Amino acid sequence: MKIRIKFSKHGNMAYIGHLDLMRYFQKSMRRADIPIKYSEGFSPHQIMSFASPLGIGMESDAEYFDIETQEGSSMLREEAMDRLNAVMVPGISILDWKELPNDTKKSMSLLTSADYEVKGSGLDLSLIPEDMKSKIYSIEETKDGVFMRIAQGSTVNLKPENVINVMTGADAEADKLLARAKYLIIRKEMYGPDGLTL
Amino acid sequence: MNMNKTYLSNDILLQVEKPARYIGNEQNMCIKDPAQVDIRIAFCFPDVYEIGMSNIGMQIIYEMFNRRKDTYCERVFSPWVDLDKIMHERDIELFTLETQTPVHQMDMLAFTMGYELCYSNIMQVLDLSKIPFLSKDRTDDDPIVFGGGTCAYNPEPIADFFDFIYIGEAETKYDEVMDLYVSMKGKGRRAFLHEAAKIEGIYVPSLYEPDYYDDGRLKAFTPLYDDIPTTIKRQVVMDLDSVRFIDKPIVPFIKVTQDRVVLEIMRGCIRGCRFCQAGTIYRPLRERSVEYLKDYAVKMLDLTGAEEISLSSLSSSDYSKIQELLEFLIQYTKEKRINISLPSLRIDAFSLDVMNKVQDVKKSSLTFAAEAGTQRLRDVINKGITEEDIMKGSYDAFKGGWNKVKMYFMLGLPTETEDDRNGIGELCERIAENYYTIPKEERIGKVQISASSSFFVPKPFTPFQWAGMKTAAEYREMAAGVKDHIREQVNQRSIKYQWHDPEVSVLEGVFARGDRRISQVILTAYKNGALYDAWSDYFKPEVWDEAFAACGLSKEWYNRERDLDEMLPWDHIDISVSKEFLIREWNNAMNGTTTPNCREACSGCGARCLGGGVCFENKN
Repeated sequence: MKIRIKFSKHGNMAYIGHLDLMRYFQKSMRRADIPIKYSEGFSPHQIMSFASPLGIGMESDAEYFDIETQEGSSMLREEAMDRLNAVMVPGISILDWKELPNDTKKSMSLLTSADYEVKGSGLDLSLIPEDMKSKIYSIEETKDGVFMRIAQGSTVNLKPENVINVMTGADAEADKLLARAKYLIIRKEMYGPDGLTL
Repeated sequence: MNMNKTYLSNDILLQVEKPARYIGNEQNMCIKDPAQVDIRIAFCFPDVYEIGMSNIGMQIIYEMFNRRKDTYCERVFSPWVDLDKIMHERDIELFTLETQTPVHQMDMLAFTMGYELCYSNIMQVLDLSKIPFLSKDRTDDDPIVFGGGTCAYNPEPIADFFDFIYIGEAETKYDEVMDLYVSMKGKGRRAFLHEAAKIEGIYVPSLYEPDYYDDGRLKAFTPLYDDIPTTIKRQVVMDLDSVRFIDKPIVPFIKVTQDRVVLEIMRGCIRGCRFCQAGTIYRPLRERSVEYLKDYAVKMLDLTGAEEISLSSLSSSDYSKIQELLEFLIQYTKEKRINISLPSLRIDAFSLDVMNKVQDVKKSSLTFAAEAGTQRLRDVINKGITEEDIMKGSYDAFKGGWNKVKMYFMLGLPTETEDDRNGIGELCERIAENYYTIPKEERIGKVQISASSSFFVPKPFTPFQWAGMKTAAEYREMAAGVKDHIREQVNQRSIKYQWHDPEVSVLEGVFARGDRRISQVILTAYKNGALYDAWSDYFKPEVWDEAFAACGLSKEWYNRERDLDEMLPWDHIDISVSKEFLIREWNNAMNGTTTPNCREACSGCGARCLGGGVCFENKN
């Protein structure tokens, strides 16, 4: 059975990179005794794929990954979420466990856009270059900073860091990182082709 | 950030490699309220996070301290070079992982020292924690600095940096030390340390005074008070089943060197190889019961979700129930899709069968620690492996599908000649030829032999503790000679040869058998940039050479051959293995006489007085 899992990542867990996060979840599946399916062949691995990697230093209210469970196994949503949340570290929470029809495409290929909240002051939207604007579906200043929906996925992708870099006005690479470091960046949601959440 | 706080600011964490090294919050990390405890300990493995978190001693002691309700033990590791630079530039203090608290605010700072080349990192940790380097300069505002581990058996080179040193296995006396600490809070560090010195196994360097002859040799080593012991007794846990192992292994986020559950199956070794320090300082061999190990294996795998498990000991083939244990693990891990990483097993029918079951034969290699190229030299070092063992073992393995062999050797062993060194290439050649005696249809591809050699470093409490070392230049010549001789062999294209950096080995030699005066060299070298010496990319031999010169001390002098009646800097430590035994073994080595292992016959090393372990196996 295909399952889509939604989780959040906050606080110092922002500093765990994507590959490390994947390995963390592989071990979590075992700790929680989830009947996850393994691939065939010489070095079997858990069937698990993520919608989109999250940059180091960013938090998220909505991350997604897909798994497959073993034939003949069944887990109720509540039990699965309880078991997984029981083995989560503070800062990572399982928010949803959704059974999907068998012909569902991977979240990675369905993903088209994502919402980001950038908290902090001093961002100048007028600095965004023309060629970047086509990948920004909406952007507005809020009382906390900036809120934007940008292209995200395997066909068209815009890295949120690139948008923030231009809005800070920083030039040199080293300055860009320092400028960006002043902001709290949170991925708020991810969307598929029909504008619905993943 | 907000929820789980970090000591370092966001911009620093984004600039450094692997920020996860510095945030803690791992699965199974111990979480306590610091306000509810009486003792706060910062516990350090003085190397980078990935190395320290792979050390099982670290995890055992971490849990041991945290089992006390009045104690919160947190971890601290050496910041990597990138963060080290930033911390020095911006005057940022070193902090613990669990609560992100500056180390200087803790009651105690403990070090576990597994190898001598970490000494400059100890300096770094003291420096960044704003703790005076020398014990004598610390006040009651500074944490008590203590340490233990393998390097504690000759702690003299770092003695000036430690308030106290624990000799031996941690599980015995730390409760007594901590109870004493709590009872003496407010009475000041000197009073506490003087009382601690009375506890068996505790060495307080400031209460002992070395005295030297004009030529630099140790003349005397005197306790400054009558009420403290003249010798410090090594602590040994005689019943390993009676102490806990690692109940809740911390699961690092980043990939660490040992990214697996490790089961410590026993301590000690029966083989008596004369170069090996672990073989004497962990006597006698003591096994854990197979039920204890099965229990821990299951629990540790459940609580971590690890995908691999391995066994740890000095010679796993000697574990009396190895067959039962491996059969259980193979069965259990197969069901759960967990890999078994096998330790170095003696190559025989049993181990080949096991390895076939758990390893991808095509990818794995067979390991032989021959250590010496000729039987003559193997007898001198009492390494019980014979030519026949190697030939038969490799032949059976080749028939079973293996075609990769790893050979470990040492250069610079006592009595070694050029013939012995040439024996390395010749032995590898014979193994290669052995491979080709197998019919072509049964072979897969060419044989690949990887030979590597380290340079022998004489260690305290071994029969070879009096041996001399050579200079780095001489070692380089030896290695070149071995390489040339390999190139002359018929199957030389099948033999790869690597050797260790001789400068590093020479320095290790000085630290291993050094005295208190070496502390000035370590401090000088650190102040001039020495750090991460165990890492070949960061080892700076010039900095160390300059430090020795500045302190007026000579590496060659410390690495010289010692007289049997010379007073040694570690003589004040009693490991329950007698010097007489070591001298007997040294003489046996000179005669090329071998000594049977502990299960074959007792050689009267002295460990019997501890009343347990292999000395009393099968005796009622």
